[in-house]
Amino acid sequence: MLTLQKDNLNKLMNKTKTDSSAWTTRNKENTIRLALWTAAWLVTTAIAAFGPKVLWDFSTVPTILGVLANVGVGFGMMGASKRHLQGQDELMQKIQLEAMAFAMGMGLVIGLSYELLEDIRIISFEPEISHLVILVCLTYMAAMVAGIRKYR
Amino acid sequence: MKNRLKVLRAERDWTQAQLADALEVSRQTINALETGKFDPSLPLAFKAARLFNLAIEDIFQYEADS
Repeated sequence: MLTLQKDNLNKLMNKTKTDSSAWTTRNKENTIRLALWTAAWLVTTAIAAFGPKVLWDFSTVPTILGVLANVGVGFGMMGASKRHLQGQDELMQKIQLEAMAFAMGMGLVIGLSYELLEDIRIISFEPEISHLVILVCLTYMAAMVAGIRKYR
Repeated sequence: MKNRLKVLRAERDWTQAQLADALEVSRQTINALETGKFDPSLPLAFKAARLFNLAIEDIFQYEADS
């Protein structure tokens, strides 16, 4: 009786193993797809930023096309990111959600205060959006590490 | 929430990785479940129940003060 139940469990394990291989493969594909979209977005960002100066001497049409390509590929990257996130298991989704909430909050609070510093003449230079992007990225990475350690 | 995942897994000589594969989650998730750091969603609880051929409440027990 016990052997029969073990056999059934092993059969179920074998069946789920096939399903999980598909899950693992799908996750790997999602990760690769996201990496490719991110690389493409970086390339189009570089083209949109440096193309006008280096490649086509600020000609309007290629500049606009460069920016449109950058935005279009950016939306593609967002879609790949969403699919990647949806493919992850529920614990990783929870860790990601907490990290994103923390990064977004930090970006909003510190970003607005940072912008205010110039208006109230505490700093003399103009706040750059790139500083905010770096802050959000670093906060997100730190929160991800903290989340992974928390549930380890 | 308390659960008997570790005991059930040990009874069947499965590793955390094997159980993670069967439930389509990461090994870290199994570890977090077994140590009570993370509570599963209802679909994952159903999946575990189906895998072990038990009722959900035979695996997971709700504790009001946890």
